[in-house]
Amino acid sequence: MAPVNMPVIEVRDLVKRYRKADRNAVDGVSFEVRQGEFFALLGPNGAGKTTTISILTTTLAPTSGRVLIGGADAILDSAAVRAQVGIIFQKPSIDLNLSGEENVRFHAILYGLYPYRPLYRMMPPEYRRQVSDLAGLLGLGRDIFKPVKKMSGGMTRKLEIIRGLMHRPRVLFLDEPTAGLDAASRRSLWDYLKEVRNASETTIFLTTHYLDEAEVADRICILDKGKVVKLGSPEELKAELLQEYLVIDARDRTRLRRELERRGLQFREAGPFQVLLDGHSAQDVIRSLDTELSVLRIHAPSLEDAYLKIVGGALE
Amino acid sequence: MKELNAILTVASRDVTKLLRDRTRLVFTLVFPFIFVGLMGGTLQSNLGRAAGFNFIGFIFTGVLGMTLFQSAAQGIISLIDDRENDFSQEMFVSPISRYSIVFGKVLGESGVSLFQAVPTFLLAFALRVPITLPVFLALIPASVFACFLGAGFGVAVMSVINSQRAAQQIFPFVLFPQFFLAGIFNPIKVLPWYLVPFSLVSPLRYPVDLFRGLLYAGRPEYSRVVLLDPLTNLAVMGAMFALFLIFGTWFFVRQETNR
Repeated sequence: MAPVNMPVIEVRDLVKRYRKADRNAVDGVSFEVRQGEFFALLGPNGAGKTTTISILTTTLAPTSGRVLIGGADAILDSAAVRAQVGIIFQKPSIDLNLSGEENVRFHAILYGLYPYRPLYRMMPPEYRRQVSDLAGLLGLGRDIFKPVKKMSGGMTRKLEIIRGLMHRPRVLFLDEPTAGLDAASRRSLWDYLKEVRNASETTIFLTTHYLDEAEVADRICILDKGKVVKLGSPEELKAELLQEYLVIDARDRTRLRRELERRGLQFREAGPFQVLLDGHSAQDVIRSLDTELSVLRIHAPSLEDAYLKIVGGALE
Repeated sequence: MKELNAILTVASRDVTKLLRDRTRLVFTLVFPFIFVGLMGGTLQSNLGRAAGFNFIGFIFTGVLGMTLFQSAAQGIISLIDDRENDFSQEMFVSPISRYSIVFGKVLGESGVSLFQAVPTFLLAFALRVPITLPVFLALIPASVFACFLGAGFGVAVMSVINSQRAAQQIFPFVLFPQFFLAGIFNPIKVLPWYLVPFSLVSPLRYPVDLFRGLLYAGRPEYSRVVLLDPLTNLAVMGAMFALFLIFGTWFFVRQETNR
C-alpha cells in the first residue's frame, strides 16, 4: 500500500485519437491523483472524460502517453491495474436478467474473491454474510434476491457501487454516476459515497459535468476539448477564476474614465465600466471617486459562471 | 484456479439466462418438431424410397448439427449485445484473461445449445430414427464438439462485426448458405465443381458429417451418405475451433481496445 500523498494515479502526456477522427479526443493530458483523494474530472459533453476514464481502466488503448495505476502500467500490465480498480460506468452495467445477488456473486467470482458455486446457498458463509450486510445497507433485505429489473434506477446504481467495492479497490472510478437519476436518487447516492469515503481510504475518481458534484472533491481537473484547462482544489479554482468587479457608470463618462485612470484602477468598458476589485474593497473604490455615478453594483460570479466561461464554447 | 472459476461463472450466466427466458424455451421445443417432424417426414415419404436410405435419420443428423452450431454461434454474438448494453465492460475490466471470458461464453453457449438438442433427440426417438445405445453415447460428445465449433465460429464472426444490428444483417449471410453447402436437408455427395470449395470451407459440414458417420456406421448406405470418416471430421473441427477461438478472441479484444 502506497503511503498517503503518494500518487496512486499518474497520467503523462495522454493522447487518444479515435479511428477516422479528425482531432484528438484526449490531447496531451497529464495529472496525478493521491491515495485517498477525491478527484473530479469536470467538463462538458465531448470534453474527453469518458475516453480518459476508459484508458485509465484499461478498456481503451491510448494513442500515446503513459498511465500508471498503483505503480502498474495500464498498457503493459493491464491485469494488475484491473485488480486495483472498481468502476461504475456511465451506462448501468448490471445484468437485468439476474438478481441483485447474482450480479454481486458474478463480480465476486470474476475478481477471485470466492470460488464458483452455482447457487447462493452453496457459497461460503463469509460471502453470504457480506451479501446480507450489503442488502441491509441498501435497505433491500430479501429483495436483493429479486431480478434487478424490479429495482429503481437509484437502487441499481447503489448496487453497482456496492459491487464495485466488493474487492476493496484502491481506486473507485465513477463515470457520470448520476446520469439519468432523479434528484432524490442523486442525493441518496452522494450520501452513500460519503459514507464509503469515511469508512475506507478508497481513492475516488469522478467524471461529471455537474459542477455541484465536483465542488465537494479535494481537487478538480477541468477538461475541455481534450485538454486540461484548470487543475486545483475548488478553493484554488475559485480564487483564480472568480474576479469580483464593480459595475459603475456616470452621465459624464469621460470624467469617470479619466478618474479611474488617474487612480490606477483596472477597468473594462463593456457598456458600463467594470472595475476589477483585485484586493480593493468596493467601498474604497467608491470613496475614491468624485464623479457622480448613475449605475452602481457589485458583480460576484459563482464558480459555475467561471466554469461556463471556460467551457462556454463547448457548451454551445 | 481463479481463471477456471471465472470461466464457470461466465458460462453459468448464459445457462441461467436461458432457463429464465420462457419464449426461447418454447421455441426450443417447437423448432426440432418443425424440421425433423415436418420436413423429415415429408422428405422420407417423397424421396426416401428413391434415395434408398432413411431420410428422417438424414434430416435428424442435419438438424441436430444445425441446431447446435447455430445456437452456439448466435449465443456468442450476444457478447456484442452485452457490449452495447455495457454489461461486457463489467467483464472486461475484471482482472481475468480475455481468453477466459470468451472461453466462458463458448462453454455457456455450448451448454445452452446442448439443452436445445434434448427435444431434437426425443423427437428422433419418437420417429424411430435408428439410434442404438452406442450410437447415442457417441453422439453426446460429438454434440459437444459441434457446439464448440459453432461457438468458435461465432467468436470469429463477432470479431469482425461492430454492432448488434450489423450482426443481425450479416449473420444470415454467413449461416444460411452453409445449410445447403453442409447438406443439412440435401445430400451433397455430388456437387457442381464450383460449389466444392465453398462446401469444404463451410464449418457446419463437418459436425453434420460426423453425426452421419456415427449414425450410419456399419449400415449399407454409409458410403452413399457419409463424406469423411469421423476421425477426419473431428480433426478438421478441432483445427477450425482452435483457429476461430485464438484469432477471433485476439481480433475481438483488439477491436474493443483499439477503437
